[in-house]
Amino acid sequence: MTALLEMRGITKEFPGVKALDTVNLTVKDGEIHALVGENGAGKSTLMKVLSGVYPAGSYDGEIHYDGALAEFGDISDSEAKGVIIIHQELALVPLLSIAENLFLGNERARGGIINWRETNKRTEALLQKVGLKEPPSTLVDKLGVGKQQLVEIAKALSKEVRLLILDEPTAALSESDSQALLDLMLELKQQGVTQIIISHKLNEVRRVADSVTVIRDGSTVSTMDAKTQDITEDNIVRDMVGRDMAHRYPARERRAGEVLMEVKDWNVWHPLHTDRQVIEDVNMAVRAGEVVGIAGLMGAGRTELAMSIFGRSYGRNISGSVEVGGKPVDVSTVSKAIEAGLAYVTEDRKSLGLILEETIQRNITMANLEEVARGQVLNESAETRVAEEYRKALNIRTPGVFQRVMNLSGGNQQKVVLSKWLFAKPEVLILDEPTRGIDVGAKFEIYGIINDLSKQGKGVIMISSEMPELLGMCDRIYVMNEGAFVGELSAEDASQERIMSLIVTE
Amino acid sequence: MDIAEHGAEAPEKQGIGEYLVRHLREYGLLFALIAIMAFFQIVTEGTLLKPVNVTNLLLQNSYIVIMALGMLIVIVSGNIDLSVGSVMGFVGALAAVMIVEWELSTAVTMVTCLVAGGLIGAAQGYWIAYWKIPSFIVTLAGMLVFRGASLWLLEGQSLGPFPREFQMLANGFVPDIFPSGVSQTVADLLGQKRVNVLALGTGLVAAGLIVWMELKARAQNKAYGMAGEPQAFFIARIGIVAIALIFILFKLSTFRGLPNVLITMGVLTIIYAFFTGRTVTGRRIYALGGNEKAAKLSGIKTERLTFLAFVNMGVLAGIAGMVFAARLNSATPKAGFALELDVIAAVFIGGASMSGGVGKIVGAVVGAFLMGVLNNGMSIMGIGIDYQQMIKGLVLLAAVIFDVYNKSKQG
Repeated sequence: MTALLEMRGITKEFPGVKALDTVNLTVKDGEIHALVGENGAGKSTLMKVLSGVYPAGSYDGEIHYDGALAEFGDISDSEAKGVIIIHQELALVPLLSIAENLFLGNERARGGIINWRETNKRTEALLQKVGLKEPPSTLVDKLGVGKQQLVEIAKALSKEVRLLILDEPTAALSESDSQALLDLMLELKQQGVTQIIISHKLNEVRRVADSVTVIRDGSTVSTMDAKTQDITEDNIVRDMVGRDMAHRYPARERRAGEVLMEVKDWNVWHPLHTDRQVIEDVNMAVRAGEVVGIAGLMGAGRTELAMSIFGRSYGRNISGSVEVGGKPVDVSTVSKAIEAGLAYVTEDRKSLGLILEETIQRNITMANLEEVARGQVLNESAETRVAEEYRKALNIRTPGVFQRVMNLSGGNQQKVVLSKWLFAKPEVLILDEPTRGIDVGAKFEIYGIINDLSKQGKGVIMISSEMPELLGMCDRIYVMNEGAFVGELSAEDASQERIMSLIVTE
Repeated sequence: MDIAEHGAEAPEKQGIGEYLVRHLREYGLLFALIAIMAFFQIVTEGTLLKPVNVTNLLLQNSYIVIMALGMLIVIVSGNIDLSVGSVMGFVGALAAVMIVEWELSTAVTMVTCLVAGGLIGAAQGYWIAYWKIPSFIVTLAGMLVFRGASLWLLEGQSLGPFPREFQMLANGFVPDIFPSGVSQTVADLLGQKRVNVLALGTGLVAAGLIVWMELKARAQNKAYGMAGEPQAFFIARIGIVAIALIFILFKLSTFRGLPNVLITMGVLTIIYAFFTGRTVTGRRIYALGGNEKAAKLSGIKTERLTFLAFVNMGVLAGIAGMVFAARLNSATPKAGFALELDVIAAVFIGGASMSGGVGKIVGAVVGAFLMGVLNNGMSIMGIGIDYQQMIKGLVLLAAVIFDVYNKSKQG
């Protein structure tokens, strides 16, 4: 078989970060090629390079497609050559019909007037191809996620696709929908459509893939061919995580005290799709001075768990109880949760954690204004004192606390968010991806802050997608997948392989 | 990072020009008001600042200023209220019906009108805060509903006149508490026919208070190493404000003294400036408008605050409605028509941001007077209502463009 696509030595740099480092990827004509790797390994970046989202010239290396050097300037360039990508977040317009969505931007029209007869006829043919039994006039809104995925594929087929890229196509699908989708992929292969699938579900990868490329930290680790070797999940997992601990973690004396917080039988349903359970029977405990990790892939439900506990900020029909210091507490609103001694540092600091236009000082005092006020009247000098105190303690690098937060670097912004929650004087802190998008030096400082908190006898729950970070920092790690805890590992027993295998074998 | 490096470490080094560029907005508004006043003073050959006209200017704009206080809070919270003109008209109509037709006492009427304003605000705020219906839509509906409701209440007719004590709300003056001997002496001293010493004294005391408070704040900022404005600017700004205040009250004192409505307006402005700048709840409204999700996750009861912002707006629209009716000495179905636009314009000219989280009470008040002086000056000049509208529209656009331009330059 000849190669349809050959990406050679692709290197893509963003300011300060090398997202891809001489990546090679060869996809043979007519095969299904799986691309696997941890979150942030560079899979999506590679696909963006391929599809022209990052245009030719913005990366180093060469793309050979269909026997010629390809230099795609944008997505329409690559689509014209039959390279079509289906993103994880579906790009359908919910309030338009299936037919309208299929031919959006590619309307069957003459002189600006749409030929509905042709549109509907072609839609029917395409829907038959993907095995979706719905009339073309159905609104996409009315379809489940599985069927929407099929509409996306039908849309790709309408553009005469040669290389179809599916980015985690089954992430949001139920088991039976996933199976149907995988069957469709195999059928399309029979029809000669070459496919690249990005997936975390290794059983699915094994089922459909003819070859597998593993990417780690922006580099190709290995490519396995099902014909010449037996691809096992163990092989893949080892290649995915097999890095030595590149980061350093400050040492901490480990001593867990009394149970500080306990969550019992926690169940949460999706806020919009009321029949979907997002969190299932979660039980968890944190001891004083303990750092507890929650590992899992994106979409495992970790953020949803944290936010539902913190003042029911996510989900509906929440059931279960929370105890702090052995007594049941009311966490039904954010202010009650804060009063109960909880704090939640969000994963998305810019849109959920900070007021970017405001000063450092005002952000730090926001969650505990009462402490710098007498009754209703703010004491601005007390406020400044507090802000200065945290600026020094957490080493926020800024000329002064009257600077606006938007002018700070990511690491310093994160320290402002941490300051805000430290000033709220919590007993238990839930840190959601506390080091995402910040540089190595600031990461190390944040680890130091976490260790200080543990030393003061606070309980810390740390959610992170970076496994080495969890292994380096936590006393205990819960492993979460699809809304439920699928395992619990002590620091001694935990390893990236064990966590990954708990996630992928359910 | 650019700005961070220019920050507090370098206040000594930074030139006056550079400082001016960075704070153009704050000074710009003040200078614009002074420039416009100077312009009209010249082209109207001194009519603008005649005591009688200064008094008129205050009375004419009082209800706009009062509503601008509430509107600033609504806009800072990230919302808008299009219904205030109609609500104001409705409350005025209610007052007229209660007093003229039902012959209720002024006190009962006033209290009922304030409660009515608050209830109207609550009725609109409920949908906005707890049902998350966009404020634009809810208050657009309110605008229509209460325009119709005032027509219905008044049966399409004007209703009046009001008893004297109700009229005093808008047209009354605070009597001079000083004996006439004192007044005469002061008048002779200043070479005037008569001087209301209470008014003049109030001006002096208010100016003194402002200077004292600014000095205190400046000292405090300095103690915390916050970048203060250059000394020359500080002195010039405070000087201009103090002199302007004394000047205006001096003008008033040579006419009929302190209008009651100026006291209402002044007291409300001080209360709201304090509330927004110095209280826990005030600060939380800025947080709500700055980033609602972050505010909510910080334990701020965002729904309740939004609700209260509209209740407050309703009460202030109620006060404005009574002042307006008292001033005209009758309630008309057209009262307050399109006034919401003047109020909103005043707040935006005063530097508030459409997206919420930014804006100051003082800015809104100055913005209201800037519009007021434009109206008044152009009317004296005899410029037609057609041109007046166009000029006001362009001034609003210019002010906002100026804001956006400034912001983009600061990056």
